[in-house]
Amino acid sequence: MVANGTTAAEKLNGDNRPKLPIYLDYQATTPCDPRVVEAMLPYFTEKFGNPHSRNHVYGWEAEDAVETARKQVASIIGADEKEVIFTSGATESNNLALKGVARFYKDKKNHLVTVATEHKCVLDSMRHLEEEGFKVTYLPVRKDGLLDLELLKGAITDKTVLVSVMAANNEIGVVQPLAEIGEICRARGVFFHTDAAQAVGKIPIDVKKMKIDLLSISGHKIYGPKGIGALYVGRKPRVRLQALITGGGQERGMRSGTLPTPLCVGLGAACAVAEKEMGAEAERLRMLRDRFYRQIKERLPDVYLNGDLEHRLPGNLNLSFAYVEGEGLMMGIKDLCVSSGSACTSASLEPSYVLRALGVEEDLAHTSLRIGFGRFTTEQDVDYAVEHIVSAVKRLRELSPLWEMAQEGIDIKSIQWTGH
Amino acid sequence: MAYSEKLLEHYENPRNVGSLDKNAQDVGTGLVGAPACGDVMKLQIRVNEQGVIEDAKFKTFGCGSAIASSSLATEWIKGKTLDEAEQIKNTQIAQQLALPPVKIHCSVLAEDAIKAAVADYRAKHARKDETAPQAAQ
Repeated sequence: MVANGTTAAEKLNGDNRPKLPIYLDYQATTPCDPRVVEAMLPYFTEKFGNPHSRNHVYGWEAEDAVETARKQVASIIGADEKEVIFTSGATESNNLALKGVARFYKDKKNHLVTVATEHKCVLDSMRHLEEEGFKVTYLPVRKDGLLDLELLKGAITDKTVLVSVMAANNEIGVVQPLAEIGEICRARGVFFHTDAAQAVGKIPIDVKKMKIDLLSISGHKIYGPKGIGALYVGRKPRVRLQALITGGGQERGMRSGTLPTPLCVGLGAACAVAEKEMGAEAERLRMLRDRFYRQIKERLPDVYLNGDLEHRLPGNLNLSFAYVEGEGLMMGIKDLCVSSGSACTSASLEPSYVLRALGVEEDLAHTSLRIGFGRFTTEQDVDYAVEHIVSAVKRLRELSPLWEMAQEGIDIKSIQWTGH
Repeated sequence: MAYSEKLLEHYENPRNVGSLDKNAQDVGTGLVGAPACGDVMKLQIRVNEQGVIEDAKFKTFGCGSAIASSSLATEWIKGKTLDEAEQIKNTQIAQQLALPPVKIHCSVLAEDAIKAAVADYRAKHARKDETAPQAAQ
């Protein structure tokens, strides 16, 4: 297959062969776009000023750059620049949104609502708030990974201060109905926070139309640098929060500390590029994803998609290759960089809690791979990945006692497993 | 995580993959682990009249360390007596493959698989032939 020869990846690589290993883990992180790096570079060296220095040109120059970046970040989510504060990343943004709001309003309200499939930094912030005495409701999701809005309506009480529902899931890419959630929350006078680390720059987001009060952004998920993120804090209605990091009172007192000018510039540039190219890029990624998924389904039986296909990030697939354990599979496809929901990839022995929340059986959760396509993925990469995965899965199924049992018609669930 | 050459070699070229007839009198089958835990090993032995393991086969659902551990286990037990095979310790497997600490359970599972296969063989023969050597424990 010959690609159209104009993709960013080919411009980078300068030829049509896939460059090995192939990176298919764009939900873990993304490379900095060269245009982003270029924008950042002067701010490491000649334009090194402290953006908070008010008395000389170095400071003004840095301040201008930071404020331009703030506008770029605001623009991609339809916010006003006064509503954007810079943080160290989405983890900090999520911590600040949840703890900051809960603590500020604690005399009036003490209840928060979130979802079982949220990122660990949201769930862990909630656990900390529970230790402080707040009540937290963790809503389940449906089999397709989507939140049941009726459950959400039922969970909100007069004591609820905030609802936090992620825009797009980091493992299964499922996109939640943000506008509907925003509508429900606004009607009940409850703040709506969304962790949009995976969604910004990938799908259209408009905080005003979607009635979002707080929104977390990550730099390195959108081809910007690591170590920078942003939190949108709405002013209409006005959201107030207690700072986690105190000091010089930067970022309207919500986040002290000297702003890292080059990183801010990088995040701004990444947002500007994404805003301009999102439509075409989403189209291209959807095409690559469908090409991949179609070939896999044609060539391998017993492959299951985790999470809804329609309400999903264009560049994400999460597939269970039944009877083949995920980490064993990853070792067999070492030219491909992907992630697995198997326990063996982490220190814990539990398989992915996100897949478990969808009701995926533990044995299938152990066979899952997350495959992430992104800006620099080519058709050649996709076709190479398909070949590689198909042959590895076939080989490992020949090695799998579970595959053998399935072929003999033995129900794996009928066996008394010993466990360990 | 960096894996040893030996481990990768067993993963790439696993020894003794396959199945023996589990209903045959001279075959013992061990099936250990659980799909829900992400590891299942099936290890089978064919034992001759002198009580020596003439052939061994395995199939494993699991990570690379689990596949390599069971491959190595079949290699080691071939030509050994049942008693000798039972002496193989998980620590020897772990050491040979330089398993990282989080993968030690793979070697434990391989040891369990050997023991289960031997026990299955002995159980068949205890029923069939009262004069066959009994399991020590």
